[in-house]
Amino acid sequence: MTDEPEVPAEEIVIAGEDELKKAIEEHDAKVDREVRRLSRRGFIVAGAATVAAYGAWKWLRLAKREGDVPCPLRRGLETNEKISEAIFSTRRLSREFPPSAITNARINGGVGLQANYDPDHWRLSIEGIAGHPPASLSLADIQSFPRRDMTTELRCIEGWSIIVHWTGVRLADVMAKFPPPPRTPFVAMESPGRGYYVGLDMVSCMHPQTLLAYELNGAPLTWQHGAPLRLAIPVKYGVKNIKRVGTIRYTDIRPADFWAEQGYDWYLGL
Amino acid sequence: MKDLEHKHPLAIRWFHWINFPLLAVMAWSGLLIYWANPIYRIGFGNRTLLKMTVAQKTYEKANLAFRLAEGLSLHFFFMWLFAINGILYVIYTIVSGEWRYLLPDRHSWREAIQVTLHDLHLRKEPPPQAKYNAAQRISYTAIIVMGLGSLLTGLAIYKPVQFGWLTFLFGGYPMARFFHFWITVGYVFFFVVHVGQVIKTGWNNFRAMIIGREVRTYD
Repeated sequence: MTDEPEVPAEEIVIAGEDELKKAIEEHDAKVDREVRRLSRRGFIVAGAATVAAYGAWKWLRLAKREGDVPCPLRRGLETNEKISEAIFSTRRLSREFPPSAITNARINGGVGLQANYDPDHWRLSIEGIAGHPPASLSLADIQSFPRRDMTTELRCIEGWSIIVHWTGVRLADVMAKFPPPPRTPFVAMESPGRGYYVGLDMVSCMHPQTLLAYELNGAPLTWQHGAPLRLAIPVKYGVKNIKRVGTIRYTDIRPADFWAEQGYDWYLGL
Repeated sequence: MKDLEHKHPLAIRWFHWINFPLLAVMAWSGLLIYWANPIYRIGFGNRTLLKMTVAQKTYEKANLAFRLAEGLSLHFFFMWLFAINGILYVIYTIVSGEWRYLLPDRHSWREAIQVTLHDLHLRKEPPPQAKYNAAQRISYTAIIVMGLGSLLTGLAIYKPVQFGWLTFLFGGYPMARFFHFWITVGYVFFFVVHVGQVIKTGWNNFRAMIIGREVRTYD
């Protein structure tokens, strides 16, 4: 609204009424031509941009799949992971809640709970310890580490969240006694028989709120919640809180992850 | 007599048209995510005012069911483009001075009522129309505030540990999700009214959003 009209009005020289009318007609025709020219250009650009956008979308949707997701989106998730690791503090604590905030512990997901489970013979195996053969721990061995309690929010990737009280031991404490070789980047965890498996970054495993938990809301874990021992890791989505851990393995290779193979992000850091 | 006047700067036209498909992808992928936990009810205590419960069958018919992973990967990809486009738009309106036409002023609230009454055919005299009328100023500014709301609630949901203070400010994780969802319903409402108004106002006005110029006719 601030700019000058494109076709200057000075061209209209007022003479007789007919000449005025003619001059106005000529001026209007000029405006019409200009509009047509601009429209042609504008709509060609708009059409080309639409076709390009549609092409990009089709390319994205039809790209080769990697972990059940088109590979450009997989790269996107990995880039987000790198950005998160680069800019966020790895020590930031998840908010802890008062006991009054505790909600019902929803039961969700039984993958890995059915197979090969004999509670009397359950042991936790830790593999890849620096310079040592794998360690095999009983629940009593685990419980000999300092006991930790926390009331944190468990956020499911589906969108719901619950506030639960965990009791267990710090994974970092256990790892201090059975250390990985220096600069080992990853930790793989599996349920007995590898019915369920997750991959984790070392930094999140060393987080002070990452527990190997044996109690939920003040009672020993039920089998649906992953008895006798599960991971509680509030800096990750619920799917990483693997139930009934049977094996912990330190590794240099990014471990396979049950849900990452089904199209989900591997990192899932909160 | 006709004249051709500049209306929308090139940058604003690009921001506008790039935003449209990005917002569509964000809202659609959001629905794929929403399917997994469709709980967002508005109400007080036991009184429900508004609920978005859609039958599983409807999701399946609309091909929105069992696509959570896909929705997340799209949402976490396009969020960057959506946010960057929105931030660049805001920076542009500030730097170029376009904000002067877009922000409501102290007259806008009263005039917006006149616009609404006029549009509903309850008032004859047309309201004052600058580049944008008062109702447009309010809604185009509100949409930016909503965009900021989407960005902040989105951060509170995406990284609730890192942005724990933000999640807390929104009243917790479920509340942040609640706001994130209903802001999007607000976009859909805006879209319907916006498209209706564009159709009502006519071709010359619509064309200006593509070629940047509008034809003015004088007596």
